[in-house]
Amino acid sequence: MALFDVSGYKNHLELRGNILGTGVRHFNFGTTNQEFAVPAGMDPSGFLKSCSREGQGGVSIDLNHGTTTLAFKFRHGVIVAVDSRASAGSYIASKEANKVIEINPYLLGTMSGSAADCQYWERLLAKECRLYKLRNKKRISVSAASKLLCNMMLGYRGMGLSMGSMIIGWDDKGPGLYYVDDNGTRLSGRMFSTGCGNSYAYGVVDSGYHEDMTVEEAYELGRRGITHATHRDAYSGGVVNLYHMQEDGWIKVCKEDVSELIHRYKKGMF
Amino acid sequence: MSYDRAITVFSPDGHLFQVEYAQEAVKKGSTAVGVRGKNMVVLGVEKKSVTKLQDDRTVRKICALDENVFLAFAGLTADARVVVNRARVECQSHRLTVEDPVTVEYITRFISNIKQRYTQSNGRRPFGISSLIVGFDFDGTPKLYQTEPSGTYHAWKANAIGRSAKTVREFLEKSYKEEDMESDTNVIKLAVRALLEVVQSGGKNIELAIMKRDEPMKILDQQEIEEYVTTIENEKEEAEKKKKKT
Repeated sequence: MALFDVSGYKNHLELRGNILGTGVRHFNFGTTNQEFAVPAGMDPSGFLKSCSREGQGGVSIDLNHGTTTLAFKFRHGVIVAVDSRASAGSYIASKEANKVIEINPYLLGTMSGSAADCQYWERLLAKECRLYKLRNKKRISVSAASKLLCNMMLGYRGMGLSMGSMIIGWDDKGPGLYYVDDNGTRLSGRMFSTGCGNSYAYGVVDSGYHEDMTVEEAYELGRRGITHATHRDAYSGGVVNLYHMQEDGWIKVCKEDVSELIHRYKKGMF
Repeated sequence: MSYDRAITVFSPDGHLFQVEYAQEAVKKGSTAVGVRGKNMVVLGVEKKSVTKLQDDRTVRKICALDENVFLAFAGLTADARVVVNRARVECQSHRLTVEDPVTVEYITRFISNIKQRYTQSNGRRPFGISSLIVGFDFDGTPKLYQTEPSGTYHAWKANAIGRSAKTVREFLEKSYKEEDMESDTNVIKLAVRALLEVVQSGGKNIELAIMKRDEPMKILDQQEIEEYVTTIENEKEEAEKKKKKT
């Protein structure tokens, strides 16, 4: 109201809004308002700890965790490879979970960590990307999309979210690869791998990578990375979903079962 | 019953009187001209003559919003200050979130949105300014937009706002030639010629800002403006002579 404006009085909600941003912002770059109201004094991460096996009370709610995803840039674009096992503790909830979200024909997002967190926040990111395109008549850049996701994570920092994601795309600046996680880390790089199988994937891809790979060699490297990680990591498995981000959009290269792939790679061993 | 008291009320024949009165306030402001060339954009304003004791530099009617966008306004200076400040913050906010400089269209849309909001909330009056916003987008295309107190905006090749805007616009319509806009000097000369139509005392009451692609905005100093004015006057004389001969 006019009198409040003149006197400078700000109520509590407005003060909070000043920090997080208020109202219907037509230039709303992402959700500056918190999507979920968290009562003051609540400690979600402490609560989650008490629910898992380590806590007391015999309650055991293990969130979906565990995966291997990898992505790397090379001369002809970006390769994205993910596994498809969704585990809840030692229970395999799904062997064909979809860990890549196809935001638009030029943007992909991978998911690792808590499946619910990833799916929710990346779908929200997809909505923001669509809105950006409608408002600005131009597709969103990869750096902006990853920044939006990162800011969403920062809004809930310390509250127990679990998400390690890579945003892959091709925009005016060329191929883009960003790693975003629940701490609000956002890194641009040539190669990332996330999930509890990531160390195995790093080993394979780091040793097999060279800049002038052909497209087929790059596909094979991505497949190998995931396959070897699923072979050794209990929480990864299922199929390898392989995508290739090119200048005119992404293509889905293949979806192959890891048990068949591991037999192919280790012919002499079995 | 007069329909111009509370801004949020429509009149029976569909007018928002406060907005129209704001446009009248704009017509009282000093003239501003904008021209969009192929590789250069120019904004020129009529500098109101200062009284003896006043410091010349404190009143600047051309404001930079970011490194690639600047704005000139006509109307209430204080209103413009508020709008320009918000726009400057938004330019940086955009850079922070999107990691790219704003496009001219984006910041124009933002300013227009603020203006519209003030035509639709209680207890507030519209901003009494029209503005010309020029600059280069990230991909190098030059742009010129005009905003109005109602919150609308349009893209232009060349335009004028403020006092005698109509006369200047007619002059621009006659003299604007697409091929001429390739040369930077022609762009500047067109803006100066347009302003000279309405500015009484010639070069010393003109303020000019230019921007070339990938270069920062430059405000021309008095000497450079005088050079352009002299060139233009010479060209005019020669055109007169030719007319007399034929």
